[in-house]
Amino acid sequence: MPKGYQRPSTLVERPWHFCPGCNHGIVHRLVAEVIDEMGLQKETVGVGSVGCGVFSYEYFNFDGIGPSHGRAPAVATGVKRVLPDRLVFTYQGDGDLAAIGTTEMVHCAVRGELISIIFINNTLYGMTGGQMAPTTMMGQVTTTTPRGRGQAQGHPFRVCEMLATAEGAAYVARTAVYSPAQVVRTKKAIRRAFETQMAGLGFSLVEVLSACPTNWGMNPLEALKFVEEEMTPVFPLGELKVPEGVK
Amino acid sequence: MSEPILMKGNEAVAEAAIAAGCRYFFGYPITPQSEVLEHLARRLPEEGGAYIQAESEVSAINMVFGAACAGARVMTASSSPGISLMQEGISYIASAQLPAVLVNIMRGSPGLGGIHPSQADYFQSVKGGGHGDYKLVVLAPSSVQELIDHTVLAFEIAEKYRTPVMVFGDAMMGQMMEPVFLPEAEPAPIDRSWATTGMKNREKPNIIHTLYLPADDLENHCQRLFAKYREIQRQEQLHTAYLTDDADILVVAYGIMSRVARAAVEMAREDGIKAGLFRPITLWPFPDQALFQAASHAQAVITAEISMGQMIEDVRLAIKDKVPVELFNRIGLVPNPDEIYEAIKKKAQEVKVSA
Repeated sequence: MPKGYQRPSTLVERPWHFCPGCNHGIVHRLVAEVIDEMGLQKETVGVGSVGCGVFSYEYFNFDGIGPSHGRAPAVATGVKRVLPDRLVFTYQGDGDLAAIGTTEMVHCAVRGELISIIFINNTLYGMTGGQMAPTTMMGQVTTTTPRGRGQAQGHPFRVCEMLATAEGAAYVARTAVYSPAQVVRTKKAIRRAFETQMAGLGFSLVEVLSACPTNWGMNPLEALKFVEEEMTPVFPLGELKVPEGVK
Repeated sequence: MSEPILMKGNEAVAEAAIAAGCRYFFGYPITPQSEVLEHLARRLPEEGGAYIQAESEVSAINMVFGAACAGARVMTASSSPGISLMQEGISYIASAQLPAVLVNIMRGSPGLGGIHPSQADYFQSVKGGGHGDYKLVVLAPSSVQELIDHTVLAFEIAEKYRTPVMVFGDAMMGQMMEPVFLPEAEPAPIDRSWATTGMKNREKPNIIHTLYLPADDLENHCQRLFAKYREIQRQEQLHTAYLTDDADILVVAYGIMSRVARAAVEMAREDGIKAGLFRPITLWPFPDQALFQAASHAQAVITAEISMGQMIEDVRLAIKDKVPVELFNRIGLVPNPDEIYEAIKKKAQEVKVSA
């Protein structure tokens, strides 16, 4: 009888390169668990990104592609049009998706492309050392907003709210992983996104609010509290769009 | 063989791709290339393929990247400003060692330039364009029939070496009509066991990426790429030489310009001037040794280009400055043969080889 808590077979056994307290590892694991449970390991093509998620193909035990910065949704589109019965998803951070890759993201949703995007929002560029991202909150200090983000640097970009207006977007949800209950909700959202895709219902995206203790200058517990108390008022949690087929 | 049919260059490229077994096309409208896109938008669904009009050339080239990863025979086409936007993607496709065919129906430039015929993207494509150490195979057809033949050849070379190949057209070749034959057989399928298709029966995942953080890994990767490029240089150079054996004045021209230059060489010969034409067909790999041979008798070399002089640098390198190399050029149009003939005649008088 196997013990209750096992490594998903689609997750390679290797140490994370992520910083202590980073939430990327949790989200990687949730993606792997869902693919395991849906029995899709051999039917999946994952498309990574540039940033802290750049090594996703080294952690997942299924076919993977490392695209250029921000272009993952276009690359995933090319894969999906050739292999329409496969599960094709991208794994992108907020610099990759919400700044340089905005065009690719928006038009993928507008086309109703049958892919899923897992979007990690930690309010800044993690890999390059904590610069402002489009998702940086007002007043938030980053290495490129040393006096806090002000009017001159614009306002935080709410990706889910914008994409929910696209008719091609079928499933859009924002979740977090700061507590066990939120982790469970995130896993359910990822499953619904993948089910939306495999049922051919349209484009799907799950935004996961994620802690970056290193670049926030916090310990891991403070960082989780920051997600819950500071981020969720700016980026409200919930399912913005759920198609009939997956309710 | 079947009867010839009259086709416009851009439509010929599109039909050639279908005849070559390409079923996936991702592009963006731009004059003077748009008929490639329009034709494939109609034809690919009929052939069971897929076509997307992307939101930009940046997206189009990355859809090509994705489709190539998935193991498809895939193509895009654009014109100069659009090809500029694709340069990032071309660097990634080359580094990831993916086969893909890219067509550039060149137009006037720099900037928005114009929609006239042009050859001003030689530096961009032959010398790089995107970042880093890579090479792009560049084919330069000179007729609508060659646009077809070279599109098929481009798929063969792309798949044989797992590398991107570009076909150079220009606004005139894209828009003009000529009688052509379509190919009857498509290139044989290649082994694509490397493709990211989902593991299916494989035990290990396929990974396609371009990141080599350890310095040794990056150096080895570049060495592997360049071993492949040296093999392409050995195997794939193409050119034609016309009346070069005894040529005092050698004209070097490619693409549409080579047809005009050939007429000018014939005019010069009728006047008793020993002129010849060397036409590179592969711009990279550049047929430098063949050009060196073709220039062995020459007292002067003229490169004829629809640019401010780009291929001329490769011509000078190839003939090792043995004789003077001068530029004949026009911008925004394909010149008449008379203009090149006058340049040949003037040069013949200067080097005292005129009849």
